[in-house]
Amino acid sequence: MRDTLPMKNTAATPLGPGTKRSAPSGSLQAWLPRLVLAPSVAISLFFVYGFMLWTFVLSLTSSRMLPSYNFVGFGQYARLMANERWWVASTNLMIFGVLFVLICLVIGAFLAILLDQKIRQEGALRTIYLYPMALSFIVTGVVWKWLLNPQLGIQAMVQSWGFESFRFDWIVDPDMAIYTLVIAAVWQASGFVMALFLAGLRGIDDSIVKAAQLDGASLPRIYWRVVMPCLRPVVFSAVMILAHIAIKSFDLVVALTGGGPGYATDLPATFMYAHAFTRAQIGLGSASAMLMLGGVLAILIPYLYSELRSRKHG
Amino acid sequence: MLTFKKTTLALALAGATLATTAQAAEVEVLHWWTSGGEARAANVLKELMEAEGYGWQDFAVAGGGGETAMTVLKSRAMSGNPPSAAQIKGPEIQEWGELGLLGDLNEVAEAEGWDELLPEVVADIMRYDGQYVAVPVNVHRVNWLWANPAVLEAAGVEMPTTLDEMFAAGEAIREAGYVPLAHGGQSWQDATVFESVLLGGQGSEFYQQALVELDPEALGGEQMIAALEDFKRTRELMDDGMSGRDWNIATAMVIEGTAGMQLMGDWAKGEFTAAGLTAGEDYLCAAAPGTEDAFTFNIDSLAMFRVTDEGEHDAQQALARLVLEPTFQEAFNLAKGSIPARPDLDMSEFDSCAQQSLADFQRTADEGGLVPSMAHGMAVRADVQGAIFDVVTNYFNDANMPAEEAAQRMVRAAQAAAF
Amino acid sequence: MANVIRRQTPAARLGRGLLYGVLILAALFYILPLVVMLMTSVKPLSEISAGTLLSLPQNPTLEPWAKAWGEACTGMRCDGIGGYFWNSFAIVIPAVLISTTIGALNGYALTKWRFKGSELVFALMLFGCFIPFQVVLLPMAQTLGWLGISSSRAGLILVHVVFGIAFTTLFFRNFYVGIPNELVSAAKLDGAGFFRIFWRILLPVSAPIIVVSVIWQFTQIWNDFLFGVAFSAHNTQPVTVALNNLVNTSTGVREYNVDMAAAMIAALPTLVVYVLAGKYFVRGLTAGSVKG
Repeated sequence: MRDTLPMKNTAATPLGPGTKRSAPSGSLQAWLPRLVLAPSVAISLFFVYGFMLWTFVLSLTSSRMLPSYNFVGFGQYARLMANERWWVASTNLMIFGVLFVLICLVIGAFLAILLDQKIRQEGALRTIYLYPMALSFIVTGVVWKWLLNPQLGIQAMVQSWGFESFRFDWIVDPDMAIYTLVIAAVWQASGFVMALFLAGLRGIDDSIVKAAQLDGASLPRIYWRVVMPCLRPVVFSAVMILAHIAIKSFDLVVALTGGGPGYATDLPATFMYAHAFTRAQIGLGSASAMLMLGGVLAILIPYLYSELRSRKHG
Repeated sequence: MLTFKKTTLALALAGATLATTAQAAEVEVLHWWTSGGEARAANVLKELMEAEGYGWQDFAVAGGGGETAMTVLKSRAMSGNPPSAAQIKGPEIQEWGELGLLGDLNEVAEAEGWDELLPEVVADIMRYDGQYVAVPVNVHRVNWLWANPAVLEAAGVEMPTTLDEMFAAGEAIREAGYVPLAHGGQSWQDATVFESVLLGGQGSEFYQQALVELDPEALGGEQMIAALEDFKRTRELMDDGMSGRDWNIATAMVIEGTAGMQLMGDWAKGEFTAAGLTAGEDYLCAAAPGTEDAFTFNIDSLAMFRVTDEGEHDAQQALARLVLEPTFQEAFNLAKGSIPARPDLDMSEFDSCAQQSLADFQRTADEGGLVPSMAHGMAVRADVQGAIFDVVTNYFNDANMPAEEAAQRMVRAAQAAAF
Repeated sequence: MANVIRRQTPAARLGRGLLYGVLILAALFYILPLVVMLMTSVKPLSEISAGTLLSLPQNPTLEPWAKAWGEACTGMRCDGIGGYFWNSFAIVIPAVLISTTIGALNGYALTKWRFKGSELVFALMLFGCFIPFQVVLLPMAQTLGWLGISSSRAGLILVHVVFGIAFTTLFFRNFYVGIPNELVSAAKLDGAGFFRIFWRILLPVSAPIIVVSVIWQFTQIWNDFLFGVAFSAHNTQPVTVALNNLVNTSTGVREYNVDMAAAMIAALPTLVVYVLAGKYFVRGLTAGSVKG
């Protein structure tokens, strides 16, 4: 949106007055950007696309403990479709992903707006909101397990304050356990979203808001009608970052619930890992990985489409 | 800029290659003996190796009953750089053998007379295609019941010997204000309780048919339904805080006297010992209710990978020999709670539980009743085991699933290895 | 965005109070796990089993920290996680530097030297952000084997660079898009070359986005467990792997205070980075990396 200048021509047609002076290196200069990008492109092609292709090939084989090349067509996909646990994992990702992204956005935007009201100690508060992003669940997993455990954590604490009937035992309830994952994941990422929104708010021109205030609009109304529309790109970036966190969520499940109770909190990433590595079913694991990647594409293609389109229309 | 970048990378590469070049006559051992007692015991092996002039490179990867370690092992094997020795057990040894990655231990096995030394059932697991490829470290018994005598006394009950007695005792313990059965809600712990209850209620013959031979009629039949129902009843004896609890925390509940009993393998004894308790006085051990004539075994072993380096090969043979050395067998098994892999050792240092374990091992080996543990990967391949785990743990945690449906799922799970 | 609530009416004061109330409540939620970790790490074991999670330490002690750093057992070695701490730095620092440098050059080439298909190149690389790492574990292992750098520090650095450049390129590209092109065009007219323009014009204004990129990469790589455990050898394991070994005991009394101290130690570098550089992080994000 911001590169409205006609940059595109300079590299393609190096015919300015200065070109003569640098004539000997002119063609090199034209190729240099491509040369600089070449290693990264090669890396992407090999390590991302090559590996995906490899995974796809494996998903067509009967590979067990280590890869083998005994092809069985789409048999692994058929087994996957018939596997109840896979459906639990996929449904969980939908529930988890949607709730996680939405709650993070709401809390992030809310906290950013509050923090933007000339708050004393803003720096300290911001750091407190942001720090969970610095920690992995390898580090905080044990504490979260304690906090969510009905006999050790929050339930026990509130009960000891005298509220005997207080219940918070989601983690042992197969129907509710997935929501404990949402709580912990929101704890980790919402501060980061807050930072994104705060950055966006700081980038908005004051005069727009002042003008709206002069018109007598109320503060909530100003935020909803004037400020939020300006933050659309922020929302977009945030959704992308959150979506990739949701899809990659793995440590979270392993640390908090281990996929339990039963396999009620399994996610595709943990499903894939369990089958490919623990259960010696690399074929089936690869098939699930391919479906996961398909899901990623479904999110990414609209993003890239709008990215590229907005460039063109500048 | 570009050249700078390349140089850094090249330097980094060079430095790292130098750093990992192993010296001759060293073994790199991948294992998950990471806890205090285990690690100290395994250290005995390291010292024995070093005393003979071999180097020991320790590669410990903890977590999930070796799951993480297996991931690492697969990754190392894929990169063509497996460790010299790795903690692999049960049918998985056969799978690694099929891949042609294991080296043989025949020299040392012959020199030390493993055929005579090791019990047949143990030796069988260590061989692939008739060749020794792994060395047994110990024999665990899985079907144990542990109890705190003070809690039993407070509830006015005896150590239960049948399932019915266990449920009755559980009720009494609950009424006395304790948690009847300490448990952790992890799928392998669920499966451990399940196989002990199944064995106790339906006997070792049925266990063999259902969980080892995977006979669909046994898996979907009346006896399985009965076993599943017994299993579900044990849930009523457990507490709410079990979610994701580690087994040793559950054992600690028995030690501290907040819980009465626990169904767990004999590694639990390591906890009691570490807490300074004496078997038979401060804590009780008995075969899981209804299983005194059966023994579900879980054998830890070290498998050796094929190596080209002469010195490393010698070191592997030495390692295999030293694993069965009495000093190590005694030290390690005292710490682990298991019994030695060779039955000819003097057991006087061991406690009454271990002595009973060895006696039961030999008796069940002769008279029948010695069965591999499904929950600990000794009975079936990993994919089938995983599918059974899914059924067991899901049924256990789902209040609405009838036992009949779980039995049907069990049949399907056994067919998981379709290709 | 400054707001103009200046008049101190009772209602405004009440609103102000409410505002702080909400902010502090939220802060409590975020800080709770850290507080529990910190307090547990300085309690003697007896206090942990006796009290609740939030009971204050009666006899605070630093012993668990000392033990976690220098004595706790991770496998058979009982020299704490201190050594692994440096292993992590030896991996993180080169990986962050290399991936940030590559990202900066990529972002620069993609925005200031556009060519036909450069957007496609960018789209192609972006997909790398979304690959779940479990999926690439085995092919990566095989590739490292082919390259002869399996189970080495160089291998780990390579892995982190490979999967980091997608992010760093994204950051730098979105930042450089916002830098006016006139300066670059003028320099080109003066005959300045590719690297000269980068060095003289882009780099001096890149500080905010370098901070963002470095913080992001540092956090990601430092916290990585999966690659660290799968692609390291016994002597190059990063601190997360050591922490996992220390925490996941299977027998013996669990020393929660030592576990927590070890977790705090493992988390300290990223925490420090966030606390010290958090301000610049937000500033860097403001400067452009979030603008689609």
